[in-house]
Amino acid sequence: MYETLRQILRVGIRSEPPPTPAGDDVVVRRLHDDILRTLGRALALRHVDAGSCNACELESQALSNPYYNVEGLGIRYVASPRHADVLMVTGPVTKNMAGALRRTYEAMPEPRLVIAVGACASGCGVYGPDYATVGAVSEIVPVDVAIPGCPPSPVALLQGILAAVSASAAKPR
Amino acid sequence: MNVAPLGLVAAPLAGGVPAQRAQVSSGQLLTACRLAWENDGRLVALWASDERDLHRGFCLRVVLEDSDGLTLLEHTLRDDRSRYPDLTPIFPAANRMQRATYDLLGIAAESDDQRPWLWTQGHATHAFPLRRDFAPVAEMSDEQDEYAFVRVDGEGVHEIPVGPVHAGIIEPGHFRFQVVGEKVLRLEERLGYAHKGIEKRFESMMIDDGARLIGRVSGDSTVAYAWAFAGAVEAAASFVPPARARWIRALCLERERLANHLGDIGAIGNDAGFAFGLAQFSRLREDVLRRNQAAFGHRLMMDTVVPGGLSRELAFEHVHAMHDEADRLARQIVRLRGIYDEHAGVQDRFRNCGRAAPKLARSLGLMGLAGRASGQARDIRCDFPSAPYDLLDVRIATQTAGDVWARVAVRFDEALESARLIGIITTALLDPATMGPVHASGPDLPADRISLGYVEGWRGPVLVALEIGEGNVIRRCHPQDPSWCNWPVVEHAVIGNIVPDFPLINKSFNLSYSGQDL
Repeated sequence: MYETLRQILRVGIRSEPPPTPAGDDVVVRRLHDDILRTLGRALALRHVDAGSCNACELESQALSNPYYNVEGLGIRYVASPRHADVLMVTGPVTKNMAGALRRTYEAMPEPRLVIAVGACASGCGVYGPDYATVGAVSEIVPVDVAIPGCPPSPVALLQGILAAVSASAAKPR
Repeated sequence: MNVAPLGLVAAPLAGGVPAQRAQVSSGQLLTACRLAWENDGRLVALWASDERDLHRGFCLRVVLEDSDGLTLLEHTLRDDRSRYPDLTPIFPAANRMQRATYDLLGIAAESDDQRPWLWTQGHATHAFPLRRDFAPVAEMSDEQDEYAFVRVDGEGVHEIPVGPVHAGIIEPGHFRFQVVGEKVLRLEERLGYAHKGIEKRFESMMIDDGARLIGRVSGDSTVAYAWAFAGAVEAAASFVPPARARWIRALCLERERLANHLGDIGAIGNDAGFAFGLAQFSRLREDVLRRNQAAFGHRLMMDTVVPGGLSRELAFEHVHAMHDEADRLARQIVRLRGIYDEHAGVQDRFRNCGRAAPKLARSLGLMGLAGRASGQARDIRCDFPSAPYDLLDVRIATQTAGDVWARVAVRFDEALESARLIGIITTALLDPATMGPVHASGPDLPADRISLGYVEGWRGPVLVALEIGEGNVIRRCHPQDPSWCNWPVVEHAVIGNIVPDFPLINKSFNLSYSGQDL
């Protein structure tokens, strides 16, 4: 126990401030702060791998490491779509996964957001439509934000999540 | 393997690992497999190609490995009504490979198990995508197929279906548990959800596009796949890449191993309820990835290893930084290992959990990292070292307990060994003797040639078999992930464990879904 505590003290806090959403200007930044203060402090994400090569999964997992510390921003991955605000989808949507993806989306309460994570999910990766894949996530469920990158870096993922929430918050209800 | 007693003539195959190929009849195929098994050999890969356009029918290919190297056996089937012998009595891991071969090409083994493997949705069962005359059929139904899971009957037995969507950030797959109380009586895996037609995509691709695609077969092993592919291309052209490129390839491969082992040790600790481990090791992993980004322009080093060498130079400042980083990481790993070893709760969860005994591992063909944790002392870097591993004297890490603890212990040993190798490689990269270009263009590739690339990735051996057609175009490319052989062992390792230990056991193997679904 002593060594564990000593190691925690030795390493200290490594978390970095969150990035600003893409399209950085003063209005956006103010909005961003608002979101982090209100909505963003309790944002539930659900991840679905619809056939990726697992690189996008590695970078999504990295969001939870001490540097990005998304839990510290109030963003957490949840185990059930019924508890989720945002659906994060990776991969070119294989035909074998299309049904499971649609059912996961349908199980989410409204309002719900969908983020297509990475080049394949956005429809511009090395895996386009073919006999086994549908192509972009937007072929199956409506997509609010698409994050490019093969795979997107954790910073790009965080920017995408913030952009999706900003856009949704700015929408008149 | 000496195939002469079987009345076979073997031709040598060029490449980094000693290899040979031989044409076999169905009887010789079985005898050769049995001979390999008796001589401590193992099945590495099984796939087939449509060669009817070359008037050769279908060709079944089987790659075996023993202490002499690789043996590629080729068995020609006249048409799709001919069957080939079932290899599962000798190599149980052949089961899913044979079923996938049927799904893709419509040629079957003489086996009792003819269930589909790759199709989980209503798929037209008479359209075989890897046939050259394949025309995609319009629509598939969204209905889940009824898959014949093996069920267990008896008082108090019930079934738990899990997946393909899981509660964490992991790949898609379905697990069907038969349990009594909390105890697992039987687990059956149903994979194929990540099947995206990779092998079909390779057909008619130029070599350069193929190099990009191969790095996305299993993203966590992108360097291993890229190197195996580059190795196969270079073997076909009898071309040796520049020495400096080979040193940097080994540097990338060891950094990939290190990053994955760090991530896994943390995640396995977390699955045992030790969040401290995840925080510490995910931080170290992130440090490695950030250095990769700075040095290679990509956190996972995708598209860095290419046929002919490397896609970019490595600046000296990064070589220095990686040298110092390796030292620093090794010290941290040793300190954290002490904490894991001293933690009674973690050790209690790790020990005797998800055990694959050496005898079971041998009979099922467990390979790579998980194999070494179950007494299977095989590592391509040690058994068939190609440059620069011939100069590195890699120390193999083995355990015999075969449980979660052993798989973590092997990861600790290998992470430290990778750190040591990175130290040696970075020193070599600063030596004037290794200066020079990192890329050279090879000669044009001869058509109608098959070649193999074989690399020890962090998970285990990665094989890429490449057939090249006219004009540097890929005719057929088959990548084989070690997960093919290791997935069935997970089914055995969980028997008798409790359901809540499954995530821990599964993570300790950490197999690829995408790499086997293709």
